[in-house]
Amino acid sequence: MNRRDFLKNTARVIGGITLPLTAFKIINPRELLASTGDTEKVRWVFLVDTYKCVGCGMCVRACKLENEIPYDAKVTRTWVERYVITKDGKTHADSPMGARDGFTTSKIDLGIDGYEEIKNQDIDKGFFVPKLCNQCANPPCVQVCPVGATFQVPDGVVLVDRTWCIGCGYCIMACPYGVRFFHPVYHTAEKCTFCYHRITKGMKTACVDACPFGARQIGNLKDPNDPVTKVIMTERVGILKEEYGTKPQVYYLGLDREVK
Amino acid sequence: MMVHGEIWTAKELFVYPNEYIYWSIQIVMYPFMTGLVAGAFVLSSLYHVFGIKQLKEMARFALVFSFALLFVAPLPIVLHLQHPFRGINVFMTPHFTSAIAAFGIVFFSYGAIVASELWFLYRKHFVEVALPLKEKQDKSVGEWLKFILFCTLTLGVYDISEEALRRDHKAIKVLAAIGIPVACFLHGYAGFIFGSVKANALWMTPLMPVIFIMSAIVSGIALCILTYTVTMEIRKFLAKRRMSPTQRFRSPEELKGVEVNVIRMTAKYLLFFMVFAISLELLDLIFRGYTAVKSWDVLRSVIYGRDFTDIFILQYAIGNLLPLILLLVPGLTIRRTLIATIFVLFGVFMMRWNVVIGGQAFSLTFAGYMHYHMPIIPTDWETFKEGLFGALSVFVLPFILFWVIAKIFPVFDLEESH
Repeated sequence: MNRRDFLKNTARVIGGITLPLTAFKIINPRELLASTGDTEKVRWVFLVDTYKCVGCGMCVRACKLENEIPYDAKVTRTWVERYVITKDGKTHADSPMGARDGFTTSKIDLGIDGYEEIKNQDIDKGFFVPKLCNQCANPPCVQVCPVGATFQVPDGVVLVDRTWCIGCGYCIMACPYGVRFFHPVYHTAEKCTFCYHRITKGMKTACVDACPFGARQIGNLKDPNDPVTKVIMTERVGILKEEYGTKPQVYYLGLDREVK
Repeated sequence: MMVHGEIWTAKELFVYPNEYIYWSIQIVMYPFMTGLVAGAFVLSSLYHVFGIKQLKEMARFALVFSFALLFVAPLPIVLHLQHPFRGINVFMTPHFTSAIAAFGIVFFSYGAIVASELWFLYRKHFVEVALPLKEKQDKSVGEWLKFILFCTLTLGVYDISEEALRRDHKAIKVLAAIGIPVACFLHGYAGFIFGSVKANALWMTPLMPVIFIMSAIVSGIALCILTYTVTMEIRKFLAKRRMSPTQRFRSPEELKGVEVNVIRMTAKYLLFFMVFAISLELLDLIFRGYTAVKSWDVLRSVIYGRDFTDIFILQYAIGNLLPLILLLVPGLTIRRTLIATIFVLFGVFMMRWNVVIGGQAFSLTFAGYMHYHMPIIPTDWETFKEGLFGALSVFVLPFILFWVIAKIFPVFDLEESH
């Protein structure tokens, strides 16, 4: 066979195979799901009422114990931030040890710069903001994981497979909320899971149960009768760092523009 | 209990509790080393593809050096991983929405291109070494090993006729041409890893991959000039010592003549790419200041305040401006070029540093800062590998590898037509 014949025959064979193949349509599982309707009955969301938070840190303690994050390690799945806005328009914020022990002094923790005393008469307003994983609808951490060790469950929660995570830290870098860290014992990426082991068994998260003031609530956005869903649907709620397009699913009541 | 990153991070003002400098010195080394790989390859391709004759001697040198660097390029990432032995997972379950997942594919395709180009380039040499050994009776153990090695390297092809060599030459040209975009991709993609992190205000820019490619070429050329000159100086020294001009050693004067020409030519290309790199970096800086989005306040305080010395003194003044002047003043000497290339390499390293460490110098809150204190004296494995000595090991290794590889792929005095 000379080259010309070879090329001709090759073209024929390829054409012959591809033509019938075009009759088949490759179906994307997601497209299929969308056309048959979203069958998922649960979408976990969180509601934080900042008006009710007093910064006691019970939630942080409960979380650390429940999820076995070493108690004295300076990382935490959830934390509480304190904001003090003074009359000169300045915002002072801190979260010593993630507020594990609450806020034991009125001085603001400045890290290596020590502490800053703020006089009561200078304060315009002050409040506390609990933080946790936003279980984003468009999670950047899942997108950047090179091995797929972090993934989103259909009910919306983002989890990490400790047996597969290589510890590159890309997800930690990709999260605009700073909720991820390396677990001091397992050395893998670690994050708030909305206490997935509890909520899937009908319980509340450890932090929700620990909050004495009901500042934290967890609910199912797909259930119109869920009290959390009702609040989100009927009241004015805010979300954090909307500009990143992550579509966070932790909703806040009483969010201030100064919240970082 | 210490958390990863805590030992070298100092927090100032309001920083989220979980924030630390997670990407430390090895992640500075990663783009630095891949940049050298890509740059060295592009330099060698300038001759092979575009036929810039003056770069002939440098081209072969650069290609072999790029090969040596290639083996070291993934090392910083592996050293940085919390679970280094799981690094293989990237090949087993690549998650392609992640920029890092493609690393294996890009890296191996690039490696294959460099290896095959090298093979075509050195095929004749392999045959010429293997054939006499084959015929030689009662070989010593060393000769046996050499024979087996070179026999294997020929891959069973012993045809070194004019016709065959011409085809080799063609193959080299094609491979070098394919190699340029792949090398740029290898490094541009390292830039993409950073540029696509939307959470990081300093990193997120579409210019990042282009900036990385340009500075990569700059650093690669600079390193080739540096290593080339040093190797030539050693050869001159040896040539002087063994006054009898054997066939392997040319006279010192002859060597010097070759050297000056090659270096002047290469330096021109260095200048050309430097201008590109600096323009892009300045464009990025000006654009950020002009648009002044939400993050600009904190970025400005980092760029013009806290990191001023690192950015404007070490990177731009010493790493860019000074070598630019050194290279532009007429009557370029070897020594001046050598000094300039050292500054250029330092400047590119500082650029990587200012991107990686600088990008973590401020908190996600935009209301706090983090300071990096690189571990110098290692106290455990972690402070070794993510400290000064880990970085130095990564930097030194390619030179050792080059020395070994150059024994199989001689870079000088090879008589052939390519």
